[in-house]
Amino acid sequence: MSAFDGDGLEQSLYEVRRKIYPRAVHGSFARWRWSLVFATQLVFYGTAWLQWNGRQALLFDLTARKFYIFGLVFWPQDIVYLTVLLVVSALSLFLFTAIAGRLWCGYACPQTVYTEIFMWIERAIEGDHLSRAKLDRSGASGRKVALKAAKHAAWVAFALWTGFTFVGYFTPIRTLASSVASFSLGPWETFWLLFYSFATYGNAGWMREQVCKYMCPYARFQSAMFDRDTLIITYDPGRGEPRGARARKADPKALGLGDCVDCNICVQVCPTGIDIRKGLQYECIGCAACIDGCDQVMAKMNYAPGLIRYSTENAMQNGWDWKQVVRRVRRPRVLVYTSILAAIVVAAGVALALRSPVKMDVIRDRGTLAREVEGGRIENVYRLQVMNTLETPQRFTLSVHGPAALGELELLTEAQPMQIAPVTTLAVAVRVRAAPGAPRGLQPIEFTLSTPESRIVEKSRFIVP
Amino acid sequence: MSDFTSGFWSLYVAGVTLVGIVACALLLMSMSKRRVSTDPEKTAHVWDEDLAEYNNPLPRWWIYLFWITIAFGLAYLVLYPGMGTWAGAWQWTSTGQYQDEMRAAEKVYGPIYQKFSAVDVKTLASDPQAHAAGEKLFLNYCSQCHASDARGGKGFPNLTDDDWLYGGAPETVEQTILNGRNGVMPAWGPVLKDEGVKDVANYVRSLSGLSNDAARAERGKASFATYCVACHGADGKGNQAVGAPNLTDATWLYGSSEATLVETISKGRNNKMPAWKDMLGEARVHVLASYVYSLSHPEAARGATAPGK
Repeated sequence: MSAFDGDGLEQSLYEVRRKIYPRAVHGSFARWRWSLVFATQLVFYGTAWLQWNGRQALLFDLTARKFYIFGLVFWPQDIVYLTVLLVVSALSLFLFTAIAGRLWCGYACPQTVYTEIFMWIERAIEGDHLSRAKLDRSGASGRKVALKAAKHAAWVAFALWTGFTFVGYFTPIRTLASSVASFSLGPWETFWLLFYSFATYGNAGWMREQVCKYMCPYARFQSAMFDRDTLIITYDPGRGEPRGARARKADPKALGLGDCVDCNICVQVCPTGIDIRKGLQYECIGCAACIDGCDQVMAKMNYAPGLIRYSTENAMQNGWDWKQVVRRVRRPRVLVYTSILAAIVVAAGVALALRSPVKMDVIRDRGTLAREVEGGRIENVYRLQVMNTLETPQRFTLSVHGPAALGELELLTEAQPMQIAPVTTLAVAVRVRAAPGAPRGLQPIEFTLSTPESRIVEKSRFIVP
Repeated sequence: MSDFTSGFWSLYVAGVTLVGIVACALLLMSMSKRRVSTDPEKTAHVWDEDLAEYNNPLPRWWIYLFWITIAFGLAYLVLYPGMGTWAGAWQWTSTGQYQDEMRAAEKVYGPIYQKFSAVDVKTLASDPQAHAAGEKLFLNYCSQCHASDARGGKGFPNLTDDDWLYGGAPETVEQTILNGRNGVMPAWGPVLKDEGVKDVANYVRSLSGLSNDAARAERGKASFATYCVACHGADGKGNQAVGAPNLTDATWLYGSSEATLVETISKGRNNKMPAWKDMLGEARVHVLASYVYSLSHPEAARGATAPGK
């Protein structure tokens, strides 16, 4: 380490945030983003209101520990499907990122989606990026207060609706709506509703790119999934440089200029405030706003579009055309991700289809290991916890099988077949008797629960004292 | 209340806590600024002659989060116990929180049990809701000894037959659960000696018609009349007032084999059923009693155990 040179200056280690006023942009990628905003939000705000079999179609009932997803009811025992869902999400992120960079960030992430919506509200009330910056610079005035108040009121209303919808997936939304209307929300519902509203308002209204830059872990580790064939938003310096302003009619070749007219529109539209012409940067969320912006200018100048475009590092270096870029999508990394993903999705689908609608846990009585009953027979007691995950009542019969040493096992319980109400747990006390003279010690036995459609077998032990 | 042997430790802990917080604040202030080289893009760190570290500052709002954390910590230490023996401005204790929650739960469940308390045990046995509640209570608190099927085990009575140590009237069952029972059979070994115990054991077996040595049983009868009748009665049918079992039927709490009887007679038995009054309260015991009653009176429980319960 070198000695400090002495004439340095004292500087804060913490950066003051520079507010970004992104300029609105139109174009094919903006259309894509807006369609995804509508698609994701229609699903988010809409699904909560759908009904299924007289209940909410999608409901995560945490207190009852049951997840209702359309026709399916998931119990805590089905946690493996949640794990699969998370693994599938992670692998999809890997796959999409390997192919085309931060697609998730740019088009589908709630942070992007809500920021887009909040900026639309902001633009509608305060005007375009220039008026917004001017308004912020101006001193206090009645107009400023009115505009800001209107904006925040609109933001808060939207955020409250979002928080309300979110909570509506955990407590039935129709009941929630009437509780809100009659001001009779429970304390936790109130807390979570306000918490999610505040998170929406704070993140989409105030934090914006700060979330992506400083808070989001995915933003950072996605760069580990990039390689030289990953599609990223790239400025083509070979075509653009040397940049410079010029008249529309002027011939750039004669002026010794590249295609970049240095209009700075790519910087103005960027929601994270970077200059894409400096190359790939960690702040870039891959929203392609700069592509739309630049293409507009290229069209005005009568130049070919795509000075900023989706391209790969290899393509830039070797001057590949689009066809060659697409061919490189079929590379080992992508194929491995795809095949693992496909395998897991297929396996999970099969497992889900074959999932037993009735489950059983065998709990041996611990206090009473064994007892002798009439005729010198040995009796063990078990509690069978039977779970019906279906929304229709089920009938089932129980039977027990053991090794020959125990002789003919007799199972004593309530009258068979038994009935279990929809989506409930039933505890059945069961006595099992072995023939007299069974050898001392532990013997493995199996309980079988049969319904007309399925059969499950659970293992337990029989004790002979 | 103090967990410390002297007042010093309370002050010591409080001191260490406060010094730690102040040190954090000082560290935060002293470390937030740094002299850098004239180029604000770079820090003054240069390695291996030309390897310079760029200045990638954290956002300003992060430092505010640090301050908020410190303020939160101080507020917490004022409101909650944390500074030595300081009880906190809100006087929070885990016991207090537990009691608050129990009171809140009592408000919700109390009325349900009050409703059950107004009905007598026999009638309650046919109430499906009470039956379900009783079953849950039984599985939680009773099944450890009496087994899930309530048929008991060695030393733990079967509750599904109509044979009772202390009596099976609904009120008696409720009393047994409320106040517990302590069944004591004295050890007769020192008095009767080995041979005498064997004789009595054979006599006891003869009472319920089990195989026995007639000569021994005859000798045992005399000892029985001297020592056992006080509790078990002259006919050996027992006495529910003291919980002395009937020795003439086929129900055995510990077992009917000669070896087991010899053990019972020579060493005695001390059997304890705990009292549940304080743990469960009278209202829950009432529901539990009706459930236990229903086990041996299926006809009384008919309404409660309809199919699909």
